[in-house]
Amino acid sequence: MKFEDEPVPGYPLPILAGHTSPGRFERVLRAGGFAVTTELAPPDSADPEDVYKRARVFDGYVDAINATDGSGANCHMSSIAVCALLTRVGYAPIMQISCRDKNRIAIQGDILGGAAMGVCNMLCLTGDGVQAGDHPQAKPVFDLDCVSLLEIARGLRDEHRFQSGRKITFAPRVFFGAAENPSGLPHAWRAQRLAKKVAAGAQFIQTQYCYDLPLLRGFMQQVEALGLFGKVFILVGVGPLRSAKTAEWMRKNVPGMHVPDAIVARLAGAQDQAREGRNLCVDLIQEIREIKGVSGVHVMAYRQEESVAEIVDRSNILRGRAPWYPGRDDPTFAAQRTAT
Amino acid sequence: MYAVRLWSVRHARGLHAFYRGFEGVLRRMHGVFRRLGYERLERPVAALERSVKGLLFDCQMCGQCVLSSTGMSCPMNCPKNLRNGPCGGVRDNGHCEVKPEMKCVWVQAYQGGLRIPNGIEAMSQVQFAVDQRLKGRSSWLRVVRELNPEPDAKAAPKAAPVPGANAAAGKGGAS
Repeated sequence: MKFEDEPVPGYPLPILAGHTSPGRFERVLRAGGFAVTTELAPPDSADPEDVYKRARVFDGYVDAINATDGSGANCHMSSIAVCALLTRVGYAPIMQISCRDKNRIAIQGDILGGAAMGVCNMLCLTGDGVQAGDHPQAKPVFDLDCVSLLEIARGLRDEHRFQSGRKITFAPRVFFGAAENPSGLPHAWRAQRLAKKVAAGAQFIQTQYCYDLPLLRGFMQQVEALGLFGKVFILVGVGPLRSAKTAEWMRKNVPGMHVPDAIVARLAGAQDQAREGRNLCVDLIQEIREIKGVSGVHVMAYRQEESVAEIVDRSNILRGRAPWYPGRDDPTFAAQRTAT
Repeated sequence: MYAVRLWSVRHARGLHAFYRGFEGVLRRMHGVFRRLGYERLERPVAALERSVKGLLFDCQMCGQCVLSSTGMSCPMNCPKNLRNGPCGGVRDNGHCEVKPEMKCVWVQAYQGGLRIPNGIEAMSQVQFAVDQRLKGRSSWLRVVRELNPEPDAKAAPKAAPVPGANAAAGKGGAS
């Protein structure tokens, strides 16, 4: 879909009636579009070009780009800085906020600062434990958890106040989201946990990788039974597995990651496993699109980001739609880019 | 102690019932507590609370107990201090992502919650951010005080100046 008032980088779009942010991501979802988001791995570098290079591979295929916040408890360029760089040229980033590294003073400051720099979407997360990353000697903060963070974030936006009660003069106009893991234990309570996040202020959800569709369908039925359809947009996490060995490693070492045996067997039986991984991802996306209540997919392709375009293209979920990217509507810019 | 903590969750129903009775007793003690002085009682009661709840629940003395909303499994034992449910990293065997040898506090909480009347509904209530100033203070005394509001209550720091936060923290009961 194309909006008449596509962005001039640095200048926000008007906020439509019933929206909380001026962002394109919220617009696509509220207009009933099937949204596609992806994840940008922030560089271990201070060069802004490293960020732009990583964003460009998604041009024309995604509605918003998540900037991870020290994912896996590893140190990288900060999420707020990546987002600020991306908004400068008009991209729609989703700023991930983890509770692991910052207390409520720092986090509330980042929400205001991010919004001031044009970040329209923020994802409130608890974050991985420090033991998972490259600095296990670091102090874990966890002053808030994702639910209390959402509640505070909503207070900033809707009640124009910090958690302390002190007033702010201009509220951040942000679309807030949270994560959920439909394959996590206890299965029976996961949907209620999601309800809790919605009650605290989550407007969209991006899930952990879902390779087990029966489990996902059961989860979505529970979500529907709790009356959450229409109250929250759910984007299901998918991603290509590089090989059967990777799948085995991930389910053993990535906590909360559930890969059914059938998936591993399908990969192991293929001649070109990486290719089969992408095929599998396309198949999953097509099935997920048909599940009631799903508003989009979140394609995570760590270290194979270039495959996102192919996967989105082949699964035809955009139905011919080309999400905005810098230079989309400028033929000279596009020509220049092809030349380089 | 870890084994006792697990026992407490297995006996969540009985412990919860006991605590409800205990809360009633504490509530009636308000007059006595006031005469003795809440601030003077703070240290001895906090010490008693620490030893009893430390034994039964591995209590971390956050000072704003929510045990009855968490199936009698203390959420402050979660390495991420999650007070609103499990993270996405629970292992397939129901153990913790951060401490693989420990059972997930929230998987335990869910099992405890099933044993308590309305335990699951209580778990589904949003718990607001903890007030770090209350760490080490007695949750029992705070609850009794909140149940008997006084116009001149000013000595103890309030849970949070946000409307609703006090009430929600109080809902945890005197556990």
